[in-house]
Amino acid sequence: MFENFFADPASLFLGAFTGLAFGFLLQKGGVTRYEVIVGQFLLRDFTVTKIMGTAIAVGAVGIYGMNALGLEFSFHIKQAALLGNLLGGLLFGVGMALLGYCPGTGVAAMGEGSRHAIFGVAGMLAGAAGYAEAYPVMKASVLGVFNIGKATLATVTGLSPLWFIVILVGAAVYVPIALGRWERKTALITGEKLQN
Amino acid sequence: MHIIKQARWSPYWVGMGIGVLSWITFALMEKALGVSTSFVRAAGFLEGLVAESHVREAPYFVKYLGTAAEPGSVWDWQFSLVIFLVLGAFLAARLSGSVCRERVPALWVRRFGPSVGKRYFWAFVGGMILLFGARLAGGCTSGHGISGGLQLAVSSWVFMIGMGVGGILFARLIFGGKGGGHV
Repeated sequence: MFENFFADPASLFLGAFTGLAFGFLLQKGGVTRYEVIVGQFLLRDFTVTKIMGTAIAVGAVGIYGMNALGLEFSFHIKQAALLGNLLGGLLFGVGMALLGYCPGTGVAAMGEGSRHAIFGVAGMLAGAAGYAEAYPVMKASVLGVFNIGKATLATVTGLSPLWFIVILVGAAVYVPIALGRWERKTALITGEKLQN
Repeated sequence: MHIIKQARWSPYWVGMGIGVLSWITFALMEKALGVSTSFVRAAGFLEGLVAESHVREAPYFVKYLGTAAEPGSVWDWQFSLVIFLVLGAFLAARLSGSVCRERVPALWVRRFGPSVGKRYFWAFVGGMILLFGARLAGGCTSGHGISGGLQLAVSSWVFMIGMGVGGILFARLIFGGKGGGHV
């Protein structure tokens, strides 16, 4: 298993830089906390939505913007095997509510010192190994259903990506205002102090 | 230095930071932020230490790690990212003095009791379901949620709908409609 163990050093260095920055941001954002993740699914804490929504809107403007300006780089669109995406997403949500972390935040939580995250990460390794065994069956069944290839919202609707980016940016501006109101309201009801 | 020592940053600033980080990975590194593939590489590597021939023949491991004749790398860009996630989060926590050796989260204690073994067991099971789901869907919160979402990938938006529905229903199921009291 040790032949070709490392990829080229430059990509390892760039990956390390990205991981450092990403881990730093996740911890500062509070999503390395079990209560924050489970609180999101209980609709009591919207930190996850705020971070993901902002990241998606800012990211989309940048990526599609740079692309429109003629900068050359590739997109990395994943296969839309819609039944697999949906069933996998459902299982993922269940696992995330039980563990209180997703893969990235679970690994970052270990860095913050969380002990139970270590068991979660061990479970993730077991889950990956399990999926490798199940893959031939999945490929022959689930993954072939509603497989529309590397589709984007723009390609399936025939609309310009700009429309979706306008919606994302609009949501990224409007949702915080609406969430702020909602949180102030629930805080009044439950008498909690707001952190943000 | 003041900001660096703050325990929490506004989620909007953190989201913007991750968004900008994704510009850098796409445009300068030709990569998309992701995490869960590395678990396949790590699991395949560990399994390969005891049963290499099996790993070199299992189609899913071959996709990422190659065959015995043409072995691919285990530790790649994303693997590096995942290892350094630990350090990044450690530094962030250390600088604000918020390193915490949490064994059983308070919200869990209130619902399921203080047993450490029980929490570790279910954390393990949760992790297993989580990663199985991620690989079935083709990505996790980073690869599908953030990278895929911002590229407007249909697969990723369908994944996020599944994740929201699965998580909300299951959290309600185990914590009850009242959300387990105050968080």
